[in-house]
Amino acid sequence: MDQPEYEVLPKLHVPQTAVGVPAESFASPAVFNVDGVSVYYGSFRAVTNVSLTIHENEITAFIGPSGCGKTTVLRTLNRMNDLIPGARMEGKIHYRGAGLYDTAVSPTAVRRRIGMVFQKANPFPKSIYDNVAYGPRINGIRGKGQLDEIVERSLRQAALWDEVKDRLNKSGLGLSGGQAQRLCIARALAVKPDVVLMDEPCSALDPIATGRIEDLMQEIKSKYTIVIVTHNMQQATRVSDRTAFYSVLRDEKSETRTGVLVEYDRTVNIFENPKDDRTQAYVTGRIG
Amino acid sequence: MAATANPGPGQPTVDLREPAGWRRTKNQFATIVMWAAFVITLIPLVLVLYTVIQKGASAISWQFLTGGPIPPNVLPLGVGGMGPAVIGTLEITGLAALMAIPLGVLGGVYLNEYGGTSWLAQLLAFLSDVMTGVPSIVMGLFIFTIWILHFGYSGVAGAFALACLMLPIVIRSTFEMLRLVPDSLRQGSYALGATKARVTVTVVLPAAIGGIVSGSLLAVARAAGETAPLLFTILTVEATNTNIFSGANTALSTQIFVNATSPYVGAESRAWGSALALIAMAFILIIIARVVTARFTRYTR
Amino acid sequence: MNTVAPADPAQSAGSAHPLAHRRPLGDRTFQILALVAGLLVLVILILIAVSTAQQSTSWFTTAGASGIFSIDWDPANNHFGAMSFVFGTVITSVIAIAIAVPVSVAIALLLTDVVSRRWSQPIVYVIDLLAVVPSVVWGLWGILVLVPWLQNSIYGHIGNVLNGVPVLGNLFGPPVSGAAFFTAGVILAIMITPIITSLSREVIATVPAIDKEGAYALGATRWEMIRGAVWPHSQGGVLGAVLIGLGRAMGETIAAALVIGSSATITSHLLAPGYSIPAVIANQFGEASGVFRSALIGMGLFLFAITIIVNLVARGIVERSARRMRGA
Repeated sequence: MDQPEYEVLPKLHVPQTAVGVPAESFASPAVFNVDGVSVYYGSFRAVTNVSLTIHENEITAFIGPSGCGKTTVLRTLNRMNDLIPGARMEGKIHYRGAGLYDTAVSPTAVRRRIGMVFQKANPFPKSIYDNVAYGPRINGIRGKGQLDEIVERSLRQAALWDEVKDRLNKSGLGLSGGQAQRLCIARALAVKPDVVLMDEPCSALDPIATGRIEDLMQEIKSKYTIVIVTHNMQQATRVSDRTAFYSVLRDEKSETRTGVLVEYDRTVNIFENPKDDRTQAYVTGRIG
Repeated sequence: MAATANPGPGQPTVDLREPAGWRRTKNQFATIVMWAAFVITLIPLVLVLYTVIQKGASAISWQFLTGGPIPPNVLPLGVGGMGPAVIGTLEITGLAALMAIPLGVLGGVYLNEYGGTSWLAQLLAFLSDVMTGVPSIVMGLFIFTIWILHFGYSGVAGAFALACLMLPIVIRSTFEMLRLVPDSLRQGSYALGATKARVTVTVVLPAAIGGIVSGSLLAVARAAGETAPLLFTILTVEATNTNIFSGANTALSTQIFVNATSPYVGAESRAWGSALALIAMAFILIIIARVVTARFTRYTR
Repeated sequence: MNTVAPADPAQSAGSAHPLAHRRPLGDRTFQILALVAGLLVLVILILIAVSTAQQSTSWFTTAGASGIFSIDWDPANNHFGAMSFVFGTVITSVIAIAIAVPVSVAIALLLTDVVSRRWSQPIVYVIDLLAVVPSVVWGLWGILVLVPWLQNSIYGHIGNVLNGVPVLGNLFGPPVSGAAFFTAGVILAIMITPIITSLSREVIATVPAIDKEGAYALGATRWEMIRGAVWPHSQGGVLGAVLIGLGRAMGETIAAALVIGSSATITSHLLAPGYSIPAVIANQFGEASGVFRSALIGMGLFLFAITIIVNLVARGIVERSARRMRGA
């Protein structure tokens, strides 16, 4: 993938919270406690024994080579894997103290609190307004005034308001790639989620659109907890407070492979002072 | 506020149970409606099959299927038999298949192998789609006007009408199947110096044969049960006519139509027996088509 | 598809140059045969229009526009007004669509978004069996089983209950008959359910998984996901499927001919006997000659034209919405 060949250390945009802060001394409360999670698709074990804690109002990045299971782990956090036939999970995930996979838990209720933005912008084939109002509407908000307010607030948060305020009734499919992705972010924010999961949200965007989305993430992180999967290490260094590095573990004997979590730490530590050789090799671009 | 590297989950601070009852209720209601729709369509299917089997089985016998001629409707079951209609249906449907399948396969070959994205091929593909929607009775009228008025009633005229119904179905299914054949196969054969016709006949068609055969069998099964196109083309007589090219003929489907509205018990029984025979024929063809699909299909969507 | 430009191999015999391009006769013959077979579709469609138009001219000339569009159908006195048949065709098709569309779309959604793949295939087979049962067998069952049952156990009660009720009394009140517009509509609905289901399912199956996930990720239930993500994507295609079903219902002959009641009338009573274009052709063509036959062929031409138009529009809608989905 897009491996920088040299000089990966960030020159700019090192998040302030991560500079020179002794690890964990200011840690905010945990949002997710992931404990020994393995995910299977049929007989294929996509990811094995992942444990980590995701903190409130931080941006956590998942990085690693393709096939390392980073997206799979992300999708366990709002039970999106439930939608894939044959997918099953072992281990425990607690979300704010509640077992995410307890029998009494409704995936629908989970996803209302834990929103998601996808790799490819996927606006509904409806107007921009209806796209953003979709979430509030299914949650029972019908009042025109209230909806107008939510739509405007969400579009402003997603830094899209000024660009679309005059064409709210036009189709969401007519937007450019970057605008469509921000529309999807606005759509996710409209239900006032607690957490926003982002699955390579910028992979299909040009650098300018990417920069806008990264700025947007910084602006909204005081209100939300964000987990982002990215294949772009520079993006991880630019936006995230913590980084989890995943890798592929190959078993030569059985010729199987599975994703594992190699190292999870403050982003600065992962990129400047990794503890694991594999992390070191990956962040310096020696292996892919 | 736990400041450890991996603090325990602690006490739940959120409620993740199903929210507002009406949303769940609406979802459950929608799911029930979808299943109900399926069950509702099952009811007529089960009822019609049950009635046809129950009433048809008591009418059907070897004598019924092979004996003849077909008696007048006032006579009770057991006199004569539907043999002429069985023979007529087999003859007429078989001849229609002999005409429509080769032509339909060739048409499908043109659309995919020769026409490509040319406007003519696109027009013909579109028109064959449209032609599948032409009512079967219109095909009957069409053959009546161009054939019966000049040459009189005959089995072959009925076969023409059925062939007209089958043709677009065979073209479409061949076209769809050929589209699934990967180009690498064609290129491999061209690389050996084969002509296009040879590549098509020896490589492309065999690769798609499973889908083409099952599509054709489905078309034949549909045509075998058709009544409207035969009404004004074969005239529905009572005796066997083995000469398919001349003189009025008869078929199971038209016999059912004639007997259905007759007030006599014998006629009703003959209609049910013929219906069972006709459905059995169609089902056998469908089952063969499914087996062919399962065993010989190499490329699927 | 056909991206290979084949260079035909050299045919040494008779060519001056070893690589001279000369296609063998068999190759050319095959191409021409294939083209002719493809053109057959166009030729047949044109011939249908020309031959039926030719055979129906005597109806057009003797009856005139006013005669054709009158409701007076009296072959014995040479009155051949087609209006009551047009009316019956429209009414029965509308009833069929009103019943079949919700059912078919619901089954299509069941297949695409509710049951697992293992269960959807058997359900598809069962639905397709409806299409395997020949029209005449539906008609036979309709006239001998359904019609008496509806008349004795259903329509009578409905008629009594709704007698005198505004609007509903006009539609479903007495006089009632088992063989009626509504019965024909029900039978047609059964017969067009498979095609509408399978076409709708094809359309709905093209909704990208990521769009569905987009709705689920907002906390939507399955039904909310269908309303928000599936429906806007597929409504155009489903409309096309409905129109194709409408075309089938209008042209369906034998089953309708057996259960519709065979009465050339225009009435608001849906439980009263009526007639439709294909039914009158099937029932009366055998004894028709002269202008009478010409009138029946003319109605066939009308049916042909209408179904062609409906199918053209429907296929156009399906193609356009499919293209929009691919482009979006």
